[in-house]
Amino acid sequence: MTHSQNAELERQAAESSVAGPDNRLRITLMVNGDRREVEIEPRVSLLDALRERLHLTGTKKGCDQGACGACTVLVNGERILSCLALAIQYTGQEITTVEGLALDGSLSPLQQAFITHDGFQCGYCTSGQLCSAVGMMREFDDGVPSAVTADVASGTIDFSDTEIKERMSGNLCRCGAYVGICDAIREAHSEVHSEVHHAGESR
Amino acid sequence: MRNFAYAKASNSTEAIRLLGHSGAAKFLGGGTNLVDLMRENIEQPESLVDITSLLREIQENADGGVTIGAAARNSAVAAHRTIRERFPVLSQAILFGGSGQVRNMATIGGNLMQRTRCDYFYDAASRCNKRTPGAGCDAIDGFNRMHAILGWSPDCIATHPSDMCVALAALDASVEVEGRDGKRSIRFTEFHRLPGNTPHVETDLRPGELITSVTIPKLDAARRSVYRKVRDRSSYAFALVSVAAVLEVENGVVKTARLALGGVAHKPWRAGPAEEALQGSPANEASFGRAADTALAGAKGFAHNEFKIELAKRLIASTLADLARKDGAR
Ligand SMILES: Cc1cc2nc3c(=O)[nH]c(=O)nc-3n(C[C@H](O)[C@H](O)[C@H](O)COP(=O)(O)OP(=O)(O)OC[C@H]3O[C@@H](n4cnc5c(N)ncnc54)[C@H](O)[C@@H]3O)c2cc1C
Ligand code: SF4
Ligand code: FES
Ligand code: FES
Repeated sequence: MTHSQNAELERQAAESSVAGPDNRLRITLMVNGDRREVEIEPRVSLLDALRERLHLTGTKKGCDQGACGACTVLVNGERILSCLALAIQYTGQEITTVEGLALDGSLSPLQQAFITHDGFQCGYCTSGQLCSAVGMMREFDDGVPSAVTADVASGTIDFSDTEIKERMSGNLCRCGAYVGICDAIREAHSEVHSEVHHAGESR
Repeated sequence: MRNFAYAKASNSTEAIRLLGHSGAAKFLGGGTNLVDLMRENIEQPESLVDITSLLREIQENADGGVTIGAAARNSAVAAHRTIRERFPVLSQAILFGGSGQVRNMATIGGNLMQRTRCDYFYDAASRCNKRTPGAGCDAIDGFNRMHAILGWSPDCIATHPSDMCVALAALDASVEVEGRDGKRSIRFTEFHRLPGNTPHVETDLRPGELITSVTIPKLDAARRSVYRKVRDRSSYAFALVSVAAVLEVENGVVKTARLALGGVAHKPWRAGPAEEALQGSPANEASFGRAADTALAGAKGFAHNEFKIELAKRLIASTLADLARKDGAR
Protein backbone atom coordinates (compact mmCIF):
# COMPACT_ATOMS: atom_id res chain seq x y z
CA MET A 1 0.00 0.00 0.00
CA THR A 2 1.25 3.47 -0.83
CA HIS A 3 1.83 6.18 1.72
CA SER A 4 -1.05 8.27 0.49
CA GLN A 5 -3.46 5.36 0.85
CA ASN A 6 -2.19 4.66 4.32
CA ALA A 7 -2.61 8.31 5.16
CA GLU A 8 -6.11 8.18 3.78
CA LEU A 9 -6.98 5.16 5.90
CA GLU A 10 -5.45 6.80 8.94
CA ARG A 11 -7.42 9.97 8.32
CA GLN A 12 -10.58 7.91 8.06
CA ALA A 13 -9.58 5.92 11.12
CA ALA A 14 -9.71 9.13 13.08
CA GLU A 15 -13.35 9.35 12.09
CA SER A 16 -15.99 6.78 12.99
CA SER A 17 -16.37 3.32 11.41
CA VAL A 18 -12.85 3.09 10.06
CA ALA A 19 -9.93 1.59 11.92
CA GLY A 20 -6.20 1.79 11.27
CA PRO A 21 -4.10 -1.35 11.67
CA ASP A 22 -2.91 -0.72 15.20
CA ASN A 23 -5.66 1.20 16.84
CA ARG A 24 -8.35 -0.28 18.93
CA LEU A 25 -11.67 1.11 18.10
CA ARG A 26 -14.78 1.71 20.15
CA ILE A 27 -17.77 0.27 18.33
CA THR A 28 -21.41 -0.10 19.28
CA LEU A 29 -23.06 -3.47 18.92
CA MET A 30 -26.82 -3.85 19.36
CA VAL A 31 -27.11 -7.17 21.19
CA ASN A 32 -30.43 -8.63 22.32
CA GLY A 33 -31.96 -5.16 22.26
CA ASP A 34 -29.18 -3.48 24.27
CA ARG A 35 -26.60 -1.00 22.99
CA ARG A 36 -23.22 -2.38 24.00
CA GLU A 37 -19.92 -0.58 23.50
CA VAL A 38 -16.78 -2.63 22.96
CA GLU A 39 -13.21 -1.69 22.26
CA ILE A 40 -11.74 -3.98 19.65
CA GLU A 41 -9.14 -4.31 16.93
CA PRO A 42 -10.49 -4.87 13.41
CA ARG A 43 -9.39 -8.52 13.52
CA VAL A 44 -11.70 -9.49 16.41
CA SER A 45 -14.48 -11.83 15.31
CA LEU A 46 -18.07 -11.20 16.32
CA LEU A 47 -17.87 -14.48 18.26
CA ASP A 48 -14.89 -13.33 20.33
CA ALA A 49 -16.43 -9.89 20.85
CA LEU A 50 -19.60 -11.50 22.22
CA ARG A 51 -17.87 -14.09 24.39
CA GLU A 52 -14.66 -12.43 25.54
CA ARG A 53 -15.63 -8.76 25.65
CA LEU A 54 -19.35 -8.80 26.39
CA HIS A 55 -19.22 -12.05 28.39
CA LEU A 56 -22.20 -13.45 26.52
CA THR A 57 -20.83 -17.00 26.62
CA GLY A 58 -24.04 -18.69 25.46
CA THR A 59 -22.70 -18.58 21.90
CA LYS A 60 -20.12 -21.36 21.51
CA LYS A 61 -16.87 -21.75 19.61
CA GLY A 62 -16.64 -25.19 18.00
CA CYS A 63 -14.32 -25.11 15.00
CA ASP A 64 -13.71 -21.37 14.47
CA GLN A 65 -13.70 -22.05 10.71
CA GLY A 66 -17.29 -22.21 9.55
CA ALA A 67 -17.70 -25.97 9.68
CA CYS A 68 -19.88 -26.69 12.73
CA GLY A 69 -22.49 -23.96 13.31
CA ALA A 70 -21.97 -23.78 17.11
CA CYS A 71 -21.36 -20.02 16.82
CA THR A 72 -24.61 -19.25 14.95
CA VAL A 73 -26.28 -15.95 15.90
CA LEU A 74 -28.98 -13.87 14.23
CA VAL A 75 -28.26 -10.54 12.55
CA ASN A 76 -31.42 -8.60 11.71
CA GLY A 77 -33.21 -11.94 12.05
CA GLU A 78 -30.90 -13.82 9.65
CA ARG A 79 -28.63 -16.61 10.84
CA ILE A 80 -24.90 -16.19 10.32
CA LEU A 81 -21.66 -17.72 11.63
CA SER A 82 -20.15 -15.35 14.17
CA CYS A 83 -16.72 -17.06 13.95
CA LEU A 84 -16.23 -15.93 10.34
CA ALA A 85 -17.77 -12.49 10.96
CA LEU A 86 -15.59 -9.52 11.86
CA ALA A 87 -17.32 -7.65 14.71
CA ILE A 88 -16.52 -4.30 13.13
CA GLN A 89 -18.58 -5.24 10.07
CA TYR A 90 -21.71 -5.63 12.22
CA THR A 91 -21.69 -2.26 13.94
CA GLY A 92 -25.19 -0.95 14.53
CA GLN A 93 -26.99 -4.10 13.34
CA GLU A 94 -29.49 -6.02 15.50
CA ILE A 95 -27.70 -9.08 16.86
CA THR A 96 -29.60 -11.80 18.70
CA THR A 97 -27.79 -14.51 20.64
CA VAL A 98 -29.20 -17.48 22.50
CA GLU A 99 -29.43 -15.24 25.58
CA GLY A 100 -31.99 -13.17 23.71
CA LEU A 101 -34.36 -15.97 22.65
CA ALA A 102 -36.45 -16.26 25.85
CA LEU A 103 -39.62 -14.19 25.96
CA ASP A 104 -40.11 -12.16 29.16
CA GLY A 105 -38.05 -14.56 31.20
CA SER A 106 -39.71 -17.74 29.99
CA LEU A 107 -38.42 -20.14 27.39
CA SER A 108 -39.58 -19.68 23.82
CA PRO A 109 -41.69 -22.51 22.34
CA LEU A 110 -38.62 -23.68 20.41
CA GLN A 111 -36.45 -23.81 23.53
CA GLN A 112 -39.19 -25.68 25.41
CA ALA A 113 -39.56 -28.13 22.54
CA PHE A 114 -35.80 -28.89 22.66
CA ILE A 115 -36.28 -29.94 26.31
CA THR A 116 -39.44 -31.93 25.64
CA HIS A 117 -37.85 -33.85 22.76
CA ASP A 118 -34.33 -34.31 24.17
CA GLY A 119 -32.86 -32.12 21.45
CA PHE A 120 -29.42 -32.31 23.08
CA GLN A 121 -27.11 -34.32 25.29
CA CYS A 122 -24.03 -32.29 26.26
CA GLY A 123 -25.65 -29.08 25.02
CA TYR A 124 -22.56 -27.64 23.37
CA CYS A 125 -24.17 -27.28 19.95
CA THR A 126 -27.56 -26.22 21.33
CA SER A 127 -27.22 -22.42 21.26
CA GLY A 128 -26.22 -22.64 17.63
CA GLN A 129 -29.00 -25.11 16.84
CA LEU A 130 -31.57 -22.82 18.45
CA CYS A 131 -30.47 -19.63 16.70
CA SER A 132 -30.12 -21.49 13.42
CA ALA A 133 -33.61 -22.98 13.76
CA VAL A 134 -35.12 -19.54 14.43
CA GLY A 135 -33.50 -18.16 11.28
CA MET A 136 -34.36 -21.27 9.31
CA MET A 137 -38.06 -21.16 10.21
CA ARG A 138 -38.21 -17.56 9.11
CA GLU A 139 -36.57 -18.43 5.77
CA PHE A 140 -39.08 -21.24 5.34
CA ASP A 141 -42.03 -18.99 6.18
CA ASP A 142 -40.75 -16.47 3.63
CA GLY A 143 -41.04 -19.22 1.00
CA VAL A 144 -37.31 -19.65 0.41
CA PRO A 145 -36.61 -23.02 -1.25
CA SER A 146 -33.80 -25.41 -0.30
CA ALA A 147 -31.59 -27.92 -2.10
CA VAL A 148 -34.20 -30.66 -1.54
CA THR A 149 -37.17 -28.61 -2.77
CA ALA A 150 -38.31 -30.41 -5.92
CA ASP A 151 -39.35 -27.28 -7.80
CA VAL A 152 -37.58 -24.09 -6.69
CA ALA A 153 -40.02 -21.99 -8.70
CA SER A 154 -42.98 -23.33 -6.74
CA GLY A 155 -44.59 -21.12 -4.12
CA THR A 156 -45.54 -23.90 -1.71
CA ILE A 157 -43.12 -26.09 0.20
CA ASP A 158 -43.92 -28.75 2.83
CA PHE A 159 -42.25 -28.37 6.20
CA SER A 160 -41.10 -32.00 5.97
CA ASP A 161 -38.32 -33.72 7.89
CA THR A 162 -36.29 -33.84 4.67
CA GLU A 163 -36.56 -30.05 4.43
CA ILE A 164 -35.72 -29.58 8.12
CA LYS A 165 -32.62 -31.78 7.88
CA GLU A 166 -31.31 -30.11 4.75
CA ARG A 167 -31.91 -26.62 6.13
CA MET A 168 -30.23 -27.48 9.45
CA SER A 169 -27.21 -29.21 7.86
CA GLY A 170 -24.88 -26.36 8.86
CA ASN A 171 -25.27 -27.31 12.52
CA LEU A 172 -23.39 -30.40 13.61
CA CYS A 173 -24.10 -32.28 16.85
CA ARG A 174 -21.34 -34.59 18.06
CA CYS A 175 -23.77 -36.21 20.50
CA GLY A 176 -26.00 -37.15 17.59
CA ALA A 177 -29.17 -35.63 19.03
CA TYR A 178 -30.45 -35.02 15.51
CA VAL A 179 -33.69 -36.96 15.88
CA GLY A 180 -34.70 -34.90 18.93
CA ILE A 181 -33.59 -31.67 17.28
CA CYS A 182 -35.70 -32.41 14.23
CA ASP A 183 -38.74 -33.35 16.36
CA ALA A 184 -38.38 -30.17 18.42
CA ILE A 185 -38.19 -27.93 15.37
CA ARG A 186 -41.16 -29.61 13.70
CA GLU A 187 -43.26 -29.18 16.85
CA ALA A 188 -42.22 -25.57 17.48
CA HIS A 189 -42.98 -24.66 13.89
CA SER A 190 -46.42 -26.23 13.90
CA GLU A 191 -47.24 -24.59 17.28
CA VAL A 192 -46.33 -21.14 16.04
CA HIS A 193 -48.35 -21.81 12.93
CA SER A 194 -51.48 -22.89 14.72
CA GLU A 195 -51.19 -19.67 16.76
CA VAL A 196 -50.86 -17.60 13.62
CA HIS A 197 -53.82 -19.46 12.20
CA HIS A 198 -55.89 -18.76 15.33
CA ALA A 199 -55.01 -15.10 15.27
CA GLY A 200 -56.15 -14.99 11.66
CA GLU A 201 -59.46 -16.68 12.45
CA SER A 202 -60.36 -14.50 15.41
CA ARG A 203 -59.82 -11.31 13.46
CA MET B 1 -4.50 -13.36 12.66
CA ARG B 2 -2.33 -10.40 11.76
CA ASN B 3 -4.01 -7.11 12.39
CA PHE B 4 -5.13 -4.87 9.54
CA ALA B 5 -6.84 -1.60 8.78
CA TYR B 6 -10.54 -1.57 7.99
CA ALA B 7 -12.67 0.83 6.01
CA LYS B 8 -16.27 0.67 4.85
CA ALA B 9 -16.75 2.04 1.35
CA SER B 10 -19.88 4.00 0.58
CA ASN B 11 -19.68 3.78 -3.22
CA SER B 12 -17.70 1.94 -5.92
CA THR B 13 -15.40 4.85 -6.70
CA GLU B 14 -14.45 5.16 -3.07
CA ALA B 15 -13.97 1.39 -2.79
CA ILE B 16 -11.58 1.37 -5.75
CA ARG B 17 -9.68 4.39 -4.43
CA LEU B 18 -9.32 2.87 -0.96
CA LEU B 19 -8.11 -0.43 -2.36
CA GLY B 20 -5.31 1.04 -4.43
CA HIS B 21 -3.44 -1.42 -6.67
CA SER B 22 -0.43 -2.49 -4.64
CA GLY B 23 -2.11 -5.78 -3.67
CA ALA B 24 -1.73 -5.00 0.04
CA ALA B 25 -5.44 -4.31 0.46
CA LYS B 26 -8.39 -6.59 -0.25
CA PHE B 27 -12.11 -6.16 -0.63
CA LEU B 28 -14.23 -7.73 2.10
CA GLY B 29 -17.54 -9.39 1.24
CA GLY B 30 -19.08 -11.78 3.76
CA GLY B 31 -15.62 -12.83 4.87
CA THR B 32 -16.46 -16.55 4.76
CA ASN B 33 -13.38 -17.35 2.71
CA LEU B 34 -11.12 -14.38 3.40
CA VAL B 35 -11.43 -14.28 7.20
CA ASP B 36 -10.84 -18.02 7.32
CA LEU B 37 -7.65 -17.72 5.22
CA MET B 38 -6.48 -14.72 7.26
CA ARG B 39 -6.88 -16.70 10.45
CA GLU B 40 -4.59 -19.35 8.91
CA ASN B 41 -2.15 -16.58 7.89
CA ILE B 42 -2.45 -17.68 4.27
CA GLU B 43 -3.88 -14.29 3.35
CA GLN B 44 -2.27 -11.32 5.12
CA PRO B 45 -3.78 -8.13 3.76
CA GLU B 46 -2.71 -4.85 5.34
CA SER B 47 -6.18 -3.47 5.01
CA LEU B 48 -9.72 -4.50 4.16
CA VAL B 49 -12.22 -2.43 2.23
CA ASP B 50 -15.74 -3.53 3.19
CA ILE B 51 -18.05 -3.34 0.19
CA THR B 52 -21.14 -4.94 1.69
CA SER B 53 -23.13 -1.74 1.94
CA LEU B 54 -23.06 -1.18 -1.83
CA LEU B 55 -23.77 -3.21 -4.99
CA ARG B 56 -26.60 -5.22 -3.47
CA GLU B 57 -29.38 -4.85 -6.06
CA ILE B 58 -30.75 -7.65 -8.20
CA GLN B 59 -32.17 -6.11 -11.33
CA GLU B 60 -34.39 -7.56 -14.06
CA ASN B 61 -33.26 -6.40 -17.47
CA ALA B 62 -35.53 -5.43 -20.34
CA ASP B 63 -34.24 -8.36 -22.43
CA GLY B 64 -35.40 -10.92 -19.83
CA GLY B 65 -31.99 -11.39 -18.23
CA VAL B 66 -30.85 -10.29 -14.78
CA THR B 67 -27.98 -8.24 -13.36
CA ILE B 68 -26.87 -9.16 -9.86
CA GLY B 69 -24.88 -6.71 -7.72
CA ALA B 70 -21.54 -8.10 -6.55
CA ALA B 71 -22.42 -7.70 -2.87
CA ALA B 72 -25.87 -9.32 -3.14
CA ARG B 73 -26.00 -12.21 -0.70
CA ASN B 74 -26.01 -15.73 -2.09
CA SER B 75 -29.24 -16.39 -0.15
CA ALA B 76 -30.96 -13.32 -1.63
CA VAL B 77 -30.08 -14.45 -5.16
CA ALA B 78 -31.28 -18.02 -4.56
CA ALA B 79 -34.58 -16.73 -3.13
CA HIS B 80 -35.24 -14.18 -5.88
CA ARG B 81 -38.56 -14.89 -7.62
CA THR B 82 -37.43 -14.12 -11.14
CA ILE B 83 -34.24 -16.14 -10.80
CA ARG B 84 -36.18 -19.12 -9.44
CA GLU B 85 -38.55 -18.97 -12.40
CA ARG B 86 -36.22 -18.08 -15.28
CA PHE B 87 -32.95 -19.62 -14.08
CA PRO B 88 -33.81 -22.39 -11.59
CA VAL B 89 -30.36 -23.94 -12.14
CA LEU B 90 -28.75 -20.88 -10.55
CA SER B 91 -31.07 -20.84 -7.56
CA GLN B 92 -30.47 -24.56 -7.04
CA ALA B 93 -26.70 -24.36 -7.45
CA ILE B 94 -26.51 -21.72 -4.72
CA LEU B 95 -28.78 -23.75 -2.44
CA PHE B 96 -26.47 -26.75 -2.89
CA GLY B 97 -23.50 -24.73 -1.59
CA GLY B 98 -22.43 -24.30 2.03
CA SER B 99 -25.16 -23.97 4.69
CA GLY B 100 -27.98 -21.52 5.38
CA GLN B 101 -25.61 -19.47 7.54
CA VAL B 102 -22.81 -19.39 4.94
CA ARG B 103 -25.24 -18.37 2.18
CA ASN B 104 -26.60 -15.50 4.29
CA MET B 105 -23.08 -14.10 4.62
CA ALA B 106 -21.51 -14.95 1.26
CA THR B 107 -21.66 -12.39 -1.55
CA ILE B 108 -21.69 -13.01 -5.30
CA GLY B 109 -18.30 -11.33 -5.83
CA GLY B 110 -16.79 -13.28 -2.93
CA ASN B 111 -18.15 -16.52 -4.30
CA LEU B 112 -16.43 -15.87 -7.65
CA MET B 113 -13.20 -14.84 -5.94
CA GLN B 114 -12.96 -17.53 -3.27
CA ARG B 115 -9.65 -19.32 -3.65
CA THR B 116 -9.38 -22.42 -5.82
CA ARG B 117 -7.86 -24.62 -3.17
CA CYS B 118 -7.31 -28.01 -1.58
CA ASP B 119 -6.53 -29.31 1.91
CA TYR B 120 -2.78 -29.12 1.28
CA PHE B 121 -3.20 -25.43 0.49
CA TYR B 122 -4.42 -24.96 4.08
CA ASP B 123 -1.66 -27.09 5.60
CA ALA B 124 1.46 -24.99 6.20
CA ALA B 125 3.56 -28.18 6.52
CA SER B 126 2.77 -29.26 2.94
CA ARG B 127 4.24 -28.02 -0.30
CA CYS B 128 1.83 -25.99 -2.39
CA ASN B 129 2.52 -23.99 -5.55
CA LYS B 130 -0.38 -21.69 -4.81
CA ARG B 131 0.86 -20.71 -1.37
CA THR B 132 4.51 -20.58 -2.41
CA PRO B 133 5.00 -20.45 -6.19
CA GLY B 134 7.66 -22.98 -7.20
CA ALA B 135 7.49 -25.00 -3.97
CA GLY B 136 5.88 -28.08 -5.52
CA CYS B 137 2.51 -29.74 -5.01
CA ASP B 138 1.94 -32.41 -2.36
CA ALA B 139 -1.51 -33.26 -3.67
CA ILE B 140 -0.31 -34.96 -6.85
CA ASP B 141 1.14 -37.93 -4.97
CA GLY B 142 -1.01 -37.38 -1.90
CA PHE B 143 -4.64 -37.89 -0.98
CA ASN B 144 -6.31 -36.45 -4.05
CA ARG B 145 -9.91 -37.67 -3.86
CA MET B 146 -11.32 -34.15 -4.23
CA HIS B 147 -8.98 -33.07 -7.01
CA ALA B 148 -9.22 -32.31 -10.74
CA ILE B 149 -9.60 -34.68 -13.67
CA LEU B 150 -9.76 -32.06 -16.43
CA GLY B 151 -7.58 -29.08 -17.30
CA TRP B 152 -5.06 -29.62 -14.49
CA SER B 153 -1.35 -29.01 -14.81
CA PRO B 154 1.62 -30.70 -13.10
CA ASP B 155 1.80 -27.58 -10.94
CA CYS B 156 -1.70 -27.75 -9.45
CA ILE B 157 -4.63 -30.17 -9.48
CA ALA B 158 -7.02 -28.29 -7.18
CA THR B 159 -10.71 -27.75 -8.08
CA HIS B 160 -12.75 -24.56 -7.91
CA PRO B 161 -15.12 -25.10 -4.99
CA SER B 162 -18.09 -23.01 -6.10
CA ASP B 163 -21.45 -24.48 -7.02
CA MET B 164 -22.96 -21.15 -8.06
CA CYS B 165 -20.19 -20.56 -10.59
CA VAL B 166 -20.99 -23.83 -12.38
CA ALA B 167 -24.50 -22.55 -13.10
CA LEU B 168 -23.17 -19.13 -14.17
CA ALA B 169 -20.77 -20.85 -16.58
CA ALA B 170 -23.66 -22.79 -18.14
CA LEU B 171 -25.79 -19.64 -18.43
CA ASP B 172 -23.28 -17.60 -20.50
CA ALA B 173 -23.03 -14.98 -17.76
CA SER B 174 -20.62 -12.07 -17.84
CA VAL B 175 -18.72 -10.34 -15.03
CA GLU B 176 -18.69 -6.53 -14.93
CA VAL B 177 -15.61 -5.04 -13.29
CA GLU B 178 -14.40 -1.54 -12.61
CA GLY B 179 -10.93 -0.18 -11.89
CA ARG B 180 -8.98 3.06 -12.07
CA ASP B 181 -8.76 2.66 -15.85
CA GLY B 182 -12.50 2.27 -16.28
CA LYS B 183 -15.01 -0.51 -16.69
CA ARG B 184 -14.91 -3.76 -18.64
CA SER B 185 -16.95 -6.91 -19.00
CA ILE B 186 -15.47 -10.40 -18.91
CA ARG B 187 -17.17 -13.53 -20.24
CA PHE B 188 -17.83 -15.75 -17.27
CA THR B 189 -16.13 -18.76 -18.84
CA GLU B 190 -12.99 -16.67 -19.27
CA PHE B 191 -13.04 -15.17 -15.78
CA HIS B 192 -11.43 -18.12 -13.98
CA ARG B 193 -8.15 -19.61 -15.23
CA LEU B 194 -6.66 -23.04 -15.60
CA PRO B 195 -3.56 -23.48 -13.43
CA GLY B 196 -0.85 -23.77 -16.08
CA ASN B 197 2.45 -22.87 -14.43
CA THR B 198 0.96 -19.96 -12.47
CA PRO B 199 -1.63 -21.63 -10.25
CA HIS B 200 -1.52 -18.72 -7.82
CA VAL B 201 -3.16 -16.54 -10.50
CA GLU B 202 -6.75 -17.74 -10.46
CA THR B 203 -8.80 -15.14 -12.29
CA ASP B 204 -8.63 -12.55 -15.00
CA LEU B 205 -9.31 -9.75 -12.46
CA ARG B 206 -6.46 -7.23 -12.45
CA PRO B 207 -4.96 -5.75 -9.30
CA GLY B 208 -7.15 -2.88 -8.15
CA GLU B 209 -10.30 -4.01 -9.96
CA LEU B 210 -13.66 -4.37 -8.25
CA ILE B 211 -16.31 -6.79 -9.45
CA THR B 212 -19.47 -4.70 -9.62
CA SER B 213 -22.02 -7.16 -11.00
CA VAL B 214 -22.75 -10.38 -12.84
CA THR B 215 -25.19 -10.38 -15.77
CA ILE B 216 -27.12 -13.34 -17.10
CA PRO B 217 -28.58 -12.87 -20.56
CA LYS B 218 -32.05 -14.02 -21.53
CA LEU B 219 -32.27 -17.74 -22.19
CA ASP B 220 -35.84 -19.06 -22.42
CA ALA B 221 -34.65 -22.65 -22.39
CA ALA B 222 -33.20 -22.12 -18.91
CA ARG B 223 -36.66 -22.41 -17.39
CA ARG B 224 -35.99 -26.13 -17.78
CA SER B 225 -32.65 -26.36 -16.09
CA VAL B 226 -31.27 -28.24 -13.15
CA TYR B 227 -28.23 -28.51 -10.86
CA ARG B 228 -27.14 -31.86 -9.47
CA LYS B 229 -24.32 -32.46 -7.03
CA VAL B 230 -22.68 -35.65 -5.77
CA ARG B 231 -20.75 -35.41 -2.50
CA ASP B 232 -19.42 -37.54 0.33
CA ARG B 233 -22.29 -36.61 2.65
CA SER B 234 -25.76 -35.56 1.63
CA SER B 235 -25.42 -31.90 2.61
CA TYR B 236 -22.85 -29.26 3.58
CA ALA B 237 -19.93 -30.71 1.63
CA PHE B 238 -18.03 -29.69 -1.46
CA ALA B 239 -18.81 -31.46 -4.73
CA LEU B 240 -17.07 -34.60 -5.90
CA VAL B 241 -18.78 -33.89 -9.20
CA SER B 242 -21.66 -31.58 -10.06
CA VAL B 243 -23.59 -30.73 -13.21
CA ALA B 244 -25.51 -27.65 -14.32
CA ALA B 245 -27.68 -28.42 -17.32
CA VAL B 246 -30.21 -26.70 -19.57
CA LEU B 247 -32.10 -28.78 -22.11
CA GLU B 248 -34.78 -27.85 -24.59
CA VAL B 249 -36.31 -30.59 -26.69
CA GLU B 250 -38.60 -30.07 -29.69
CA ASN B 251 -40.24 -32.98 -31.50
CA GLY B 252 -37.87 -35.39 -29.83
CA VAL B 253 -34.79 -33.49 -30.96
CA VAL B 254 -32.44 -31.40 -28.79
CA LYS B 255 -32.95 -27.75 -29.67
CA THR B 256 -30.84 -26.11 -26.95
CA ALA B 257 -28.30 -27.62 -24.55
CA ARG B 258 -26.04 -26.02 -21.96
CA LEU B 259 -23.74 -28.08 -19.80
CA ALA B 260 -21.16 -27.22 -17.15
CA LEU B 261 -19.36 -29.33 -14.55
CA GLY B 262 -18.15 -28.61 -11.03
CA GLY B 263 -15.62 -30.48 -8.89
CA VAL B 264 -13.62 -31.56 -11.92
CA ALA B 265 -11.27 -28.67 -12.74
CA HIS B 266 -9.45 -25.57 -11.54
CA LYS B 267 -12.36 -23.54 -12.92
CA PRO B 268 -16.07 -24.07 -13.51
CA TRP B 269 -15.94 -26.34 -16.56
CA ARG B 270 -18.18 -25.49 -19.49
CA ALA B 271 -18.62 -28.59 -21.64
CA GLY B 272 -18.89 -26.89 -25.06
CA PRO B 273 -18.07 -29.92 -27.26
CA ALA B 274 -20.71 -31.99 -25.45
CA GLU B 275 -23.29 -29.27 -26.12
CA GLU B 276 -22.40 -29.34 -29.82
CA ALA B 277 -22.76 -33.11 -29.84
CA LEU B 278 -26.24 -32.80 -28.34
CA GLN B 279 -27.51 -30.03 -30.57
CA GLY B 280 -29.85 -31.51 -33.19
CA SER B 281 -29.50 -35.07 -31.86
CA PRO B 282 -32.45 -37.20 -30.83
CA ALA B 283 -33.19 -36.67 -27.13
CA ASN B 284 -32.46 -40.23 -26.07
CA GLU B 285 -30.11 -42.23 -23.90
CA ALA B 286 -27.67 -42.92 -26.70
CA SER B 287 -27.19 -39.19 -27.40
CA PHE B 288 -26.90 -38.38 -23.70
CA GLY B 289 -24.29 -41.11 -23.25
CA ARG B 290 -22.32 -39.79 -26.23
CA ALA B 291 -22.48 -36.26 -24.84
CA ALA B 292 -21.19 -37.54 -21.50
CA ASP B 293 -18.27 -39.31 -23.22
CA THR B 294 -17.50 -36.15 -25.19
CA ALA B 295 -17.54 -34.02 -22.03
CA LEU B 296 -15.02 -36.28 -20.32
CA ALA B 297 -12.81 -36.89 -23.36
CA GLY B 298 -9.22 -36.38 -22.27
CA ALA B 299 -10.04 -36.61 -18.57
CA LYS B 300 -7.30 -38.11 -16.45
CA GLY B 301 -7.39 -38.78 -12.75
CA PHE B 302 -4.94 -39.60 -9.97
CA ALA B 303 -4.57 -42.37 -7.40
CA HIS B 304 -7.72 -41.47 -5.48
CA ASN B 305 -10.02 -39.75 -7.95
CA GLU B 306 -10.16 -41.88 -11.13
CA PHE B 307 -13.73 -42.71 -10.11
CA LYS B 308 -14.79 -39.15 -10.87
CA ILE B 309 -14.57 -39.79 -14.62
CA GLU B 310 -17.23 -42.50 -14.66
CA LEU B 311 -19.23 -40.66 -11.98
CA ALA B 312 -19.30 -37.48 -14.07
CA LYS B 313 -20.39 -39.40 -17.18
CA ARG B 314 -23.24 -41.08 -15.37
CA LEU B 315 -24.30 -37.86 -13.69
CA ILE B 316 -24.42 -36.03 -17.03
CA ALA B 317 -26.39 -38.79 -18.76
CA SER B 318 -28.93 -39.18 -15.98
CA THR B 319 -29.36 -35.43 -15.52
CA LEU B 320 -30.04 -34.95 -19.23
CA ALA B 321 -32.47 -37.87 -19.23
CA ASP B 322 -34.36 -36.34 -16.29
CA LEU B 323 -34.56 -32.99 -18.02
CA ALA B 324 -35.79 -34.60 -21.24
CA ARG B 325 -38.59 -36.33 -19.34
CA LYS B 326 -39.50 -33.03 -17.69
CA ASP B 327 -39.56 -31.33 -21.04
CA GLY B 328 -41.79 -34.00 -22.53
CA ALA B 329 -44.23 -33.60 -19.65
CA ARG B 330 -44.84 -29.93 -20.33
C1 LIG C 1 -17.75 -24.15 5.86
C2 LIG C 1 -17.91 -23.68 4.46
C3 LIG C 1 -18.48 -24.51 3.51
C4 LIG C 1 -18.62 -24.08 2.19
N1 LIG C 1 -19.21 -24.91 1.28
C5 LIG C 1 -19.39 -24.49 0.01
C6 LIG C 1 -20.03 -25.31 -0.97
O1 LIG C 1 -20.43 -26.44 -0.69
N2 LIG C 1 -20.19 -24.81 -2.22
C7 LIG C 1 -19.77 -23.55 -2.54
O2 LIG C 1 -19.98 -23.15 -3.67
N3 LIG C 1 -19.15 -22.78 -1.66
C8 LIG C 1 -18.97 -23.21 -0.40
N4 LIG C 1 -18.32 -22.42 0.50
C9 LIG C 1 -17.65 -21.22 0.02
C10 LIG C 1 -18.47 -19.99 0.07
O3 LIG C 1 -19.43 -20.04 -0.96
C11 LIG C 1 -17.52 -18.82 -0.15
O4 LIG C 1 -16.67 -18.73 0.96
C12 LIG C 1 -18.27 -17.51 -0.32
O5 LIG C 1 -19.06 -17.53 -1.48
C13 LIG C 1 -17.31 -16.33 -0.37
O6 LIG C 1 -18.06 -15.14 -0.39
P1 LIG C 1 -17.75 -13.97 0.65
O7 LIG C 1 -18.61 -12.84 0.31
O8 LIG C 1 -17.84 -14.47 2.05
O9 LIG C 1 -16.24 -13.67 0.26
P2 LIG C 1 -15.06 -13.07 1.12
O10 LIG C 1 -14.51 -14.13 2.00
O11 LIG C 1 -15.47 -11.79 1.74
O12 LIG C 1 -14.04 -12.76 -0.05
C14 LIG C 1 -13.43 -13.76 -0.82
C15 LIG C 1 -12.48 -13.11 -1.82
O13 LIG C 1 -13.21 -12.35 -2.76
C16 LIG C 1 -12.71 -11.04 -2.85
N5 LIG C 1 -13.86 -10.19 -3.19
C17 LIG C 1 -15.06 -10.15 -2.55
N6 LIG C 1 -15.90 -9.33 -3.21
C18 LIG C 1 -15.22 -8.83 -4.28
C19 LIG C 1 -15.57 -7.92 -5.32
N7 LIG C 1 -16.78 -7.37 -5.41
N8 LIG C 1 -14.61 -7.63 -6.25
C20 LIG C 1 -13.38 -8.18 -6.17
N9 LIG C 1 -13.01 -9.05 -5.21
C21 LIG C 1 -13.92 -9.37 -4.27
C22 LIG C 1 -12.11 -10.78 -1.49
O14 LIG C 1 -11.13 -9.77 -1.55
C23 LIG C 1 -11.51 -12.14 -1.18
O15 LIG C 1 -10.27 -12.28 -1.79
C24 LIG C 1 -18.18 -22.81 1.82
C25 LIG C 1 -17.62 -21.96 2.78
C26 LIG C 1 -17.48 -22.37 4.08
C27 LIG C 1 -16.87 -21.46 5.09
S1 SF4 D 1 -3.32 -29.02 -5.82
FE1 SF4 D 1 -2.91 -26.82 -6.03
S2 SF4 D 1 -3.74 -26.01 -4.11
FE2 SF4 D 1 -3.47 -28.20 -3.75
S3 SF4 D 1 -1.37 -28.45 -2.92
FE3 SF4 D 1 -1.20 -28.67 -5.15
S4 SF4 D 1 -0.68 -26.59 -5.81
FE4 SF4 D 1 -1.53 -26.36 -3.75
S1 FES E 1 -17.38 -22.12 15.50
FE1 FES E 1 -18.29 -21.07 13.85
S2 FES E 1 -18.89 -22.67 12.55
FE2 FES E 1 -17.79 -23.74 14.10
S1 FES F 1 -25.72 -31.94 22.24
FE1 FES F 1 -23.63 -32.42 22.36
S2 FES F 1 -22.93 -31.64 20.47
FE2 FES F 1 -25.04 -31.51 20.23
